[in-house]
Amino acid sequence: MRVGVKLLLVAAAVTAAGVVIGFYVSNLTTLAGSPAYSLPFQSVNGHPVVDLEFQTVAAIGPKLSQNPDWVSYVIHTTNGWKRETVWNLPANATVHVTWFNFDGASGLRNPYLARPQGIVGNHVLVDSKPANAIDPDDASHTFAVPALGIIVAAPGVADDAKNQCGFAPCPLSNAHRTIRFTFHTTAPGHYRWQCFVPCAAGWVFGFGGPMQTIGYMDGFLNVKT
Amino acid sequence: MAAEPNAAPVRPVDSTNHGLRVVVAWLVLSVIATPLVAIYVGPHIPPGNGSVQAQGQTFSNQVMTAFVTPVLCLMAVFFVYGLWKFHANRNSAILDGPPIRNDARIQLLWVVITSVMVLFLAGFGTYELLKDGAGGGQGPNPIALPAGHENAFQVQVIGQQWQFTYRYPSLGGMESNQLVLPENRLVALHVTSLDVVHSFWAVELGVKADANPGVDNVAYVNTKGPLSFHVRCAELCGLWHGYMFNNGSVVPPAQFKSWAAHAVALYASIKPFANRPPDKGGAPFAYSYLPEPTRRAG
Repeated sequence: MRVGVKLLLVAAAVTAAGVVIGFYVSNLTTLAGSPAYSLPFQSVNGHPVVDLEFQTVAAIGPKLSQNPDWVSYVIHTTNGWKRETVWNLPANATVHVTWFNFDGASGLRNPYLARPQGIVGNHVLVDSKPANAIDPDDASHTFAVPALGIIVAAPGVADDAKNQCGFAPCPLSNAHRTIRFTFHTTAPGHYRWQCFVPCAAGWVFGFGGPMQTIGYMDGFLNVKT
Repeated sequence: MAAEPNAAPVRPVDSTNHGLRVVVAWLVLSVIATPLVAIYVGPHIPPGNGSVQAQGQTFSNQVMTAFVTPVLCLMAVFFVYGLWKFHANRNSAILDGPPIRNDARIQLLWVVITSVMVLFLAGFGTYELLKDGAGGGQGPNPIALPAGHENAFQVQVIGQQWQFTYRYPSLGGMESNQLVLPENRLVALHVTSLDVVHSFWAVELGVKADANPGVDNVAYVNTKGPLSFHVRCAELCGLWHGYMFNNGSVVPPAQFKSWAAHAVALYASIKPFANRPPDKGGAPFAYSYLPEPTRRAG
């Protein structure tokens, strides 16, 4: 085989390998193979309205994960509670969020993140009571979409609360806190969301494992037209 | 005497002065390319003129690019000439070239020229760096202090996995997730982190400073007119490093005042919690923070 042909083949092989690696890394850092759940929405006066319901649990349990002791988000889908954190939402929609937190408090490293922001009215309902801040030391988890300016922290269940939840999905008969708020999606885009509380038990500074793995304490909002 | 039958064929002696040809081609190309690069390419090299420091960096990049252009030209001429003049023809026998012998003049010239270039660039770079800090983080005790640094507008940049927030000590320690700066002011950016090492990079402002936990890394920047700039983390810091970015803006004083009043009002609800002592979960304004390991962590 001529040298030129050999060089061409090597260049083509290297390019193909680069493209494959690029796609793999791209997939890993965006969706990581997570299934995306499309939230159903109603149209009110031509305006999409979504009800988003999720829970946060101290341990996901063996039914929903091979890492049963990892802290996690769980979303309420039309097929029950699922450990899926990539959510498809319509653009320019109103999203009503109901968040059931079954986990205890870990505390925020930065107290500033305990102020609800980027949501309608800049306040939340915590167990039906309005709040424009929660005690940062009582924060259990946050739902934050930095690119949309959204930060909401949830207070934790008291350490001595009775009937605490063991594994997800947790029934509402277990001790929990309920947080409600509303936000608006904007233009179509791919927005990451995350928890800011270092809540990964057993990991260095609480920021390993489920905090660094999509499908537990991180995910994406795929806002589509 | 007849040549030995197995001796390797030797390239015939070539009387062409290839060295002179290369030098002449290089000089012509350099004389044309260097001013073109300096005048037409240089001003477009980032970060632009978004601040005095950014302008200084663009000037430095312009000078250094102009300086390396002749070097690049020499390499290009040498490479192209070599390919053109010395490539083997198809089906021709592989011939050995003449032996290479050292030439003291060329060696001396090479050492002198490269030494002068490197020393000049080192001196130039040091001067530019010390003039006003060049927008770089200088640690807690900066040595390149710009004029009027005593009255610099103070802003703290806090990195955490994975977002930057900003505190304004002159506004009661107010914290915001937006970086807004007044125009035509000297700003002292105090960069720190709450967890791992991040790097604060305000691209168009020409500011880059590492954010280390427990360290106050000071960078100075002289803002100019209104500007929207990008902020990125420039240190691989975990899963969402690639998403750790937002926008900042430089605005006229009246607009800054209005924004500050609104941000202070929003901050009021969290301020009582934030001003508690650290052992009570608070974080009163300080130039660095070392949050206690959280209850569940580590």
